[in-house]
Amino acid sequence: MTSAIAEVRTLRAVADNPWVRFAVRRFGRLLVSVWVVITAAFLMIHLIPGDPVRAALGATAPVELVNARRAQLGLNDPLWLQYTHYLRDLVHGRTGTSTLSGLPVSQIIGDRLPATFELALYAFLLAIVISVPVGLTMAVLTRGGRRRPAELAFTSTSVVIAAVPEFLIGAALVYVFGVSLGWVPVASRSGPSSYILPVVALAIGPAAVLARIVRVETLSVLQADYIRTARAKRLPDRQVYLRHALPNSLTATLTVAGLLLGGLVAGTVLVENVFAWPGLGSTIVQSILAKDYPVVQGIVLVYGLNMLLINLIVDVVLALLDPRSTIRES
Amino acid sequence: MATRIRRWGSALRTPVGVAATLLLAVVLLMAVLAPVLWGDRAAAIDTPHLLNGPSSAHWAGTDNLGRDIFFRVLVATRLSVELALLSTSIGVVTGLLLGTAPLLLGRRIGRLVTAVVNIAVAFPGLLLALTFAVIFGVGAKGAVLAIGFAGAPSLGRLTSTLVASIAERDYVAAARIAGVGRFRILVRHVLPNVGEPLVVNSTIAAGSSLLAFAGLSFLGLGVQPPAYDWGRLLNEGLNALYVHPLAALVPGLAVVIAGLAFNLFGEAIAKGIGLRTPLVVGGRLADLAEGATGGDTARPAGPAEPATGRDHPVLAVEGLRVSFPGPSGEQIWPVREVSFAMRRGEAVGVVGESGSGKSLTALAIARLIEEPGRVRADRLEFLGEDLRRGLDRARRRLLGTSFAMVFQDPMTSFNPTKRIGRQLGEVAQEHQGMNRGLAMARAVDRLRAVRVPAAQRRARQFPHEFSGGMRQRAMIGMGLMGSPALIVADEPTTALDVTVQRQVLRLLENIRRADDVALLLISHDITVVGQVCERVLVMYAGRIVEDLPADELHTRARHPYTRALLAAVPDMETDRDRPLAVIPGRPVDPANTPVGCAFAARCAFADERCRRDDPELVDDGNGRRVACWHADEAAALPVLPVQREIDEVGVGER
Repeated sequence: MTSAIAEVRTLRAVADNPWVRFAVRRFGRLLVSVWVVITAAFLMIHLIPGDPVRAALGATAPVELVNARRAQLGLNDPLWLQYTHYLRDLVHGRTGTSTLSGLPVSQIIGDRLPATFELALYAFLLAIVISVPVGLTMAVLTRGGRRRPAELAFTSTSVVIAAVPEFLIGAALVYVFGVSLGWVPVASRSGPSSYILPVVALAIGPAAVLARIVRVETLSVLQADYIRTARAKRLPDRQVYLRHALPNSLTATLTVAGLLLGGLVAGTVLVENVFAWPGLGSTIVQSILAKDYPVVQGIVLVYGLNMLLINLIVDVVLALLDPRSTIRES
Repeated sequence: MATRIRRWGSALRTPVGVAATLLLAVVLLMAVLAPVLWGDRAAAIDTPHLLNGPSSAHWAGTDNLGRDIFFRVLVATRLSVELALLSTSIGVVTGLLLGTAPLLLGRRIGRLVTAVVNIAVAFPGLLLALTFAVIFGVGAKGAVLAIGFAGAPSLGRLTSTLVASIAERDYVAAARIAGVGRFRILVRHVLPNVGEPLVVNSTIAAGSSLLAFAGLSFLGLGVQPPAYDWGRLLNEGLNALYVHPLAALVPGLAVVIAGLAFNLFGEAIAKGIGLRTPLVVGGRLADLAEGATGGDTARPAGPAEPATGRDHPVLAVEGLRVSFPGPSGEQIWPVREVSFAMRRGEAVGVVGESGSGKSLTALAIARLIEEPGRVRADRLEFLGEDLRRGLDRARRRLLGTSFAMVFQDPMTSFNPTKRIGRQLGEVAQEHQGMNRGLAMARAVDRLRAVRVPAAQRRARQFPHEFSGGMRQRAMIGMGLMGSPALIVADEPTTALDVTVQRQVLRLLENIRRADDVALLLISHDITVVGQVCERVLVMYAGRIVEDLPADELHTRARHPYTRALLAAVPDMETDRDRPLAVIPGRPVDPANTPVGCAFAARCAFADERCRRDDPELVDDGNGRRVACWHADEAAALPVLPVQREIDEVGVGER
């Protein structure tokens, strides 16, 4: 009897724990979002006006072939049945076959995903590695209205850089370092040196945006009372900035970085096409042009789920960095 | 409307604004004129010169049909801008519908729409555009729809945020109660108020659409030949990058310029609109200076060490001045010629209204005034060390271990991301060479010393898990990590409720008595200071106007300002039916201090001389100092009026 009561108490304590509540709430949102993405990927094909099979096979394809293909794809079933089949297949990992190559979509994705993942990961890390020190240094140098010219130069440069789309940066990089100087390979994925240009092209824009945000956040943090407390403790400047200011400015920075990471993953589509990078981005474009809808559907699904995963990670990291926000929300 | 135009006008007169406006005008002019003027030249095929480099005939070379790339780029302006604007308007209209759905369709459906928008916003625009491009098909029409709808969620979110803030306003609520229809409310009250930020953001969105369109066309999903926009030209140019780089770089440049023009134009206006408040620097200065005042007056010959009694003073301050640059470049002096000294174990209180410079004095003594503020002093010694020189390692250690600060707001004075124990332990690690474990043990011990219950557990908690009183205890504990000779407490109890106030004051008192620690207590509450301290410094307009023993406050106060402060404190006998007493007039404006006595305008004794000459702080030979031409007349009157009254302290703090 007493143990039962104790158990109820423990359960209640667990339910009251802000971390548990955070996990439940966040997981619920994830589930809903996953469902939305999956359904959107399903509907995408069905929203295409006209007959996607006819469109894919071309106007000259014989009617029998089109009908056979329709039957094979299950397109003659009622929508709800197709949806059920689609969900069932997804659960079993069956993602259909490419109309173009006849390969299973999962295999195509499996082949191409690592290249895209690497590109995005390195670019993200590079953007952070550039932006945090630059933003922090600029904040310290320009705090309290010091060094106006440096501030102006920094903000205007970062605005311009951030406004240039990554595929143009890519093209410019190819021209300067690949064609004119011939230092690095201009296209395709071969040795480590082939990573340099695509990663840099992807990272520069986000790095510029992030550096600005790190600076602005750090500036406002430097005005906080607890920074005065840290200085009153007579800590060396380095510690005041790195230990007390940086963690606090990072929370907002990470939020933005998370948003940028999504854009960065999308940016791979363009950059991969500039550098003929064998990733998902170049594949999805080819598939759209070739009307290879199963592959398009699969890749859209992968990109969408990745976005959700990124957002989840950002939220968890934020909660760990800034426990107050977790508590406040729940 | 007129003010809006003026505001936009002034926003665009900044250097960035002028540049953005010019750029945008050029881009729009090109869009209109280029196809008319150069349409033929851009289409002319020059077969002998295929894929040529730049020449006098073709500035940017030719493409694979021998067409002039420079003119093709110019002519492509129209299609690029047209398509971008078209998709932006689709995005704005859809965004408006999504964003106003909660208002138009009622709460339930509105919630659903908002949820969908929130999920959609999490996906980057390009990905949405690709998805829509699949649905709408490859080509210019499909791309316009795709980019338009892809931009809708973020614009929808923006609209709903703006609408939500307006919808909560009183006049909208009033209109709703009066039975005004939803649509009417939207058109009459909401849209006019969200229009401006929406237009600005749409301009920025147009820039993004332009870039996105270039992206889609570049991928081959947008404009299809023989039509061409910049993205298409890029696509064609990139294939020939080796032989003919300009073919890719010139359209790329055009995209960047046009994108920047829209972006910067929007940003410039946004910034102009956002900066309606006075200059940030000015606001910050006002906070720092607490509205105090300046004017470099002649230095009064006040004695620095009145009645030091035994041994060396813990703190000796002479001629302390603090200045900040004013809004128009001149120096403002919120603290002027402050001189005093403190013995070991002595409790000195500093009182004064907001803006009297007392907090700045404390920060200046602690060497915590940051640029652009400047501190000057004829003497500033702590335990015999001259603090006016730079803080080297030894001096930093001395201050870190012997000079404790307690700040006003315990809620904001701890770093929210670090555990309390770590924040205390840091001091020991930095200055006492302890390792992490020892420092933590010391922190727990100190928390215990300031009577934080369950110190072991508490040390591992974050600041937000502490109550205000507990935090202030922990803050005091932080000062006790070393062996302080001086605690400077700047309004330590202002942010706390009354019962906790007393506990914190008692704690400070106990520490002072136990370890012979000097205490500089800064407060606007003359009663508290009178109870806790042995000596009281009264500050007005950045100067010390009276310095007297605390037990003589009620009997021997000579400065009219001190007496006014005392008279403004209500007590048990105060007649509740009469209005509370206040000190007439307002504190002095920091930027213009009067020539004579700063208090003259509010003083009943003021005469010509007061308004002409600033009285010096004069020592009476017994350690009491006062700066007033009429000190003796004032002292002759009964100390306190029979009827004492007021709200806190005249013009109250905070």
